[in-house]
Amino acid sequence: MCLGVPGKIVEVHDANGLRMATADFGGARREVCLSYTPEAGVGSYVLVHVGFAISVISEDEARETQSLLEEIGALGEVSPR
Amino acid sequence: MKFVDEYRRAKDVHALAAAVRRAVTRPWVIMEICGGQTHAIVRHGLDQLLPPQIELVHGPGCPVCVTPLELVDKALAIASRAEVIFASYGDMLRVPGSGRDLFSVRAAGGEVRVVYSPLDAVRLAQDNPDRQVVFFAIGFETTAPANAMSVWQAKRLGLRNFSLLVSHVRVPPAMHAILGAPENRVQGFLAAGHVCAVMGYHEYPPLTDRYHVPIVVTGFEPVDIMQGIYRAVVQLERGAAEAENAYGRAVTFEGNLPAQDLIHRTFEDCDRAWRGIGVIPQSGWRLRPGLAEFDAERRFDVESIQPAESPLCMAGKILQGLAKPNDCTAFATACTPEQPLGATMVSGEGACAAYYRYGRLPVRVPLSEGDIA
Repeated sequence: MCLGVPGKIVEVHDANGLRMATADFGGARREVCLSYTPEAGVGSYVLVHVGFAISVISEDEARETQSLLEEIGALGEVSPR
Repeated sequence: MKFVDEYRRAKDVHALAAAVRRAVTRPWVIMEICGGQTHAIVRHGLDQLLPPQIELVHGPGCPVCVTPLELVDKALAIASRAEVIFASYGDMLRVPGSGRDLFSVRAAGGEVRVVYSPLDAVRLAQDNPDRQVVFFAIGFETTAPANAMSVWQAKRLGLRNFSLLVSHVRVPPAMHAILGAPENRVQGFLAAGHVCAVMGYHEYPPLTDRYHVPIVVTGFEPVDIMQGIYRAVVQLERGAAEAENAYGRAVTFEGNLPAQDLIHRTFEDCDRAWRGIGVIPQSGWRLRPGLAEFDAERRFDVESIQPAESPLCMAGKILQGLAKPNDCTAFATACTPEQPLGATMVSGEGACAAYYRYGRLPVRVPLSEGDIA
């Protein structure tokens, strides 16, 4: 149930006083509430859980993970077992 | 899909598994808290890529599994009332109460609706002013901001026909309970990444200090999980016990502050019974007294219920990491997803359901050269 899916915000609007958005999940689009991620706007990637964005995905942090993976991968090549 | 596909590459999973093999010198027991992670581990066979010294045990992070039976029975009683539209996340419908489930209430004429978001339940209340809409607000910290917002939205819209049946649970008190138990075997944790997206991980350093266990905030894709395991093993091998973040793209130390703020304005701490486990002190959230008008337990006078759990089910031991699903004599015999004895067999996050779906049956998703589906 704690499933969270990253989606890209393609449009922002207001519904019943809440800041809402349409987010794209690899082709599927859904309405998402942005109340908890005021910094998110069109083009941001947000992590969505039960219709609410709960965090804005950090591209910098994602890049860091990728470089860590490359390091570990390279390590494996030097000392195979 | 961006931020998903790149965390499913088989070569990265294998590189991390090789790194774990290089790092490990002794046996270690690591618990993944979240049932979503349990399913990913079993589905992708990640546990089978690990060296034999690493044992993964499965934690209590399955909200429908730990929702107390008494509350499930209460939900069934409320959902059966003619004036009620009962709205729930889909996972909850097949969870066995004392003898029946929400599906059977629906079959008997009760109006039970599956909603994707609690705001859908608010909309139901707007559209059906002559009916009482009750939303089954279960879940961990991840779900609390959404459930909290539904209350304030109903209040803002002046809705008098909307209420919540609340059964919120929190992760850190459960970790306390697991680590403090005399029979505990857990030496390191993978913390639930999406709980931490909301709450941050500032609640974990007191746990790592007190019990001397590493806690690694971990995501949900195969690469994320393998990375969490790797980092936990590295800490264990060098005798470290720190709260560490292996899910930096979604989690910060402080967490989501606007979400935490609304959670605390909506809910207060309370003792909570966990199904199969028992009461864990201060492990739940209930509505604050000022929001009592939205509390379904106050709105509906439910006659006293005598909950009756299946005597065969050992879900409580499984949820505490003390047993595995295939240790249970009823597993895949008396208890199946179609005829479950316990909630762990039905939920998309239950450990028994994961073992049934991916472990025992010959449908394990193989790790191939290409991406993992």
